[in-house]
Amino acid sequence: MLAVGRRPGVPSRGHGRRGRGRGWLGVIRARGLGRRFGGRRVVSGLDLDVARESFLLVTGPNGSGKTTLLRLLAGLLVPTAGELQVDVDRARIGFLGHDPLLYRELTAVENLDLYGRLYRVPERRERIGMLLERFGLWEARGEHAGSFSRGMLQRLALCRTLLHEPELFLLDEPYNALDAQGAELLDGQLADLRRRGATFVVATHDPARLEPLTTSRLAFA
Amino acid sequence: MSRYAADVLALARKDLTLELRARDTVPAMLLFVVSALVVFHFALPSSASPLAAKGLLWIAILFTALLGLTRAFVAEREQRLLDGLLLAPCDRSAIWLAKALALLAFLGIAEVVALPAFALFFSGIDGETVAGVALADIGICAVGTVLAAMAVAGRARELLLPLLFLPLAIPIVVGGVGAGVADHPAKYLGFLALYDAVFAIISWASFEYVVAE
Repeated sequence: MLAVGRRPGVPSRGHGRRGRGRGWLGVIRARGLGRRFGGRRVVSGLDLDVARESFLLVTGPNGSGKTTLLRLLAGLLVPTAGELQVDVDRARIGFLGHDPLLYRELTAVENLDLYGRLYRVPERRERIGMLLERFGLWEARGEHAGSFSRGMLQRLALCRTLLHEPELFLLDEPYNALDAQGAELLDGQLADLRRRGATFVVATHDPARLEPLTTSRLAFA
Repeated sequence: MSRYAADVLALARKDLTLELRARDTVPAMLLFVVSALVVFHFALPSSASPLAAKGLLWIAILFTALLGLTRAFVAEREQRLLDGLLLAPCDRSAIWLAKALALLAFLGIAEVVALPAFALFFSGIDGETVAGVALADIGICAVGTVLAAMAVAGRARELLLPLLFLPLAIPIVVGGVGAGVADHPAKYLGFLALYDAVFAIISWASFEYVVAE
């Protein structure tokens, strides 16, 4: 559990399980959460509770703080105010941001293999093959990620996100650059993961698409 | 193999593969160090003491290392890939160690060319100088990798890294030159080893805080 008290700027050693508060069965809890960049407060005074197996949809205009919130939850940013508890190991968080987080000079397989090693994915090669096939990238597995189209990169980034079978997904505009087929694949994947009990926090400009899966909403002004 | 070692190995292999494919850093370092030695050869008066030449060797090594350090986090900076590594459950110091090991390899390759070139242009290299270079490389890579990560986050990256690195590199130069010219090089080699140990521990412990936003 990432627990940041009232000493902002001191990163924890990472997510991990710790004793939860009395009666708390959630995955994410934030109280007065804030993050500023220089003099600019991007997230301020946010209280949030995300229950296990829920699907939180985050909406709001550009620049309202959706991405910053996801980065805070992923541990990529340290809060500058308030408290944040994420009761999931870093190894069980799947994060998809604006950047695909893939090395251009490595092939699709090499990129996934690197992450597979870092996340200690069991039967890594089989899992990589399965994901590449599922997202229609098997034929391009030996090509450098730098030669991929934006849509292919997004598919590969989704493979990276799913590789280690996370229990908490933090997805920022997951449908970006996906064609109709890719979007359908993702629809099916999200629904399947939802059925298996994964927890989601998804920022999107297209809330209607995810409405059937949504259990709660957070709207940034 | 321990988890930590496996993570370091995976990350270092990644950096070496990237360099093999892009061929960005090592050729630049090789070209720079050879060019520097050639220029020094013509710039140094023929009546100059051999000790002066040893000093020039260290200038060439130091600035070659700086060139490598400025490129150390290019991919992570330009493609925002550091996020991917920070998300992974590995200890964040493994990122530092892997990057330092890769840089050590690149610097080693540059020196495999630089030291014979120095011997050709100036004077022979003895075992103490080689030992001093090897120990200095460790310190340069340990400290330099943390500073390169710090500089990546800043605005004037190309200015910030030399400003941070060069003052910390002065003890390395003192130890390295001393090991090559002193009558009793052992104390200078011991000094370099101590520098390496102290700054490697500091770098290992502080890397996580350097990359935290």
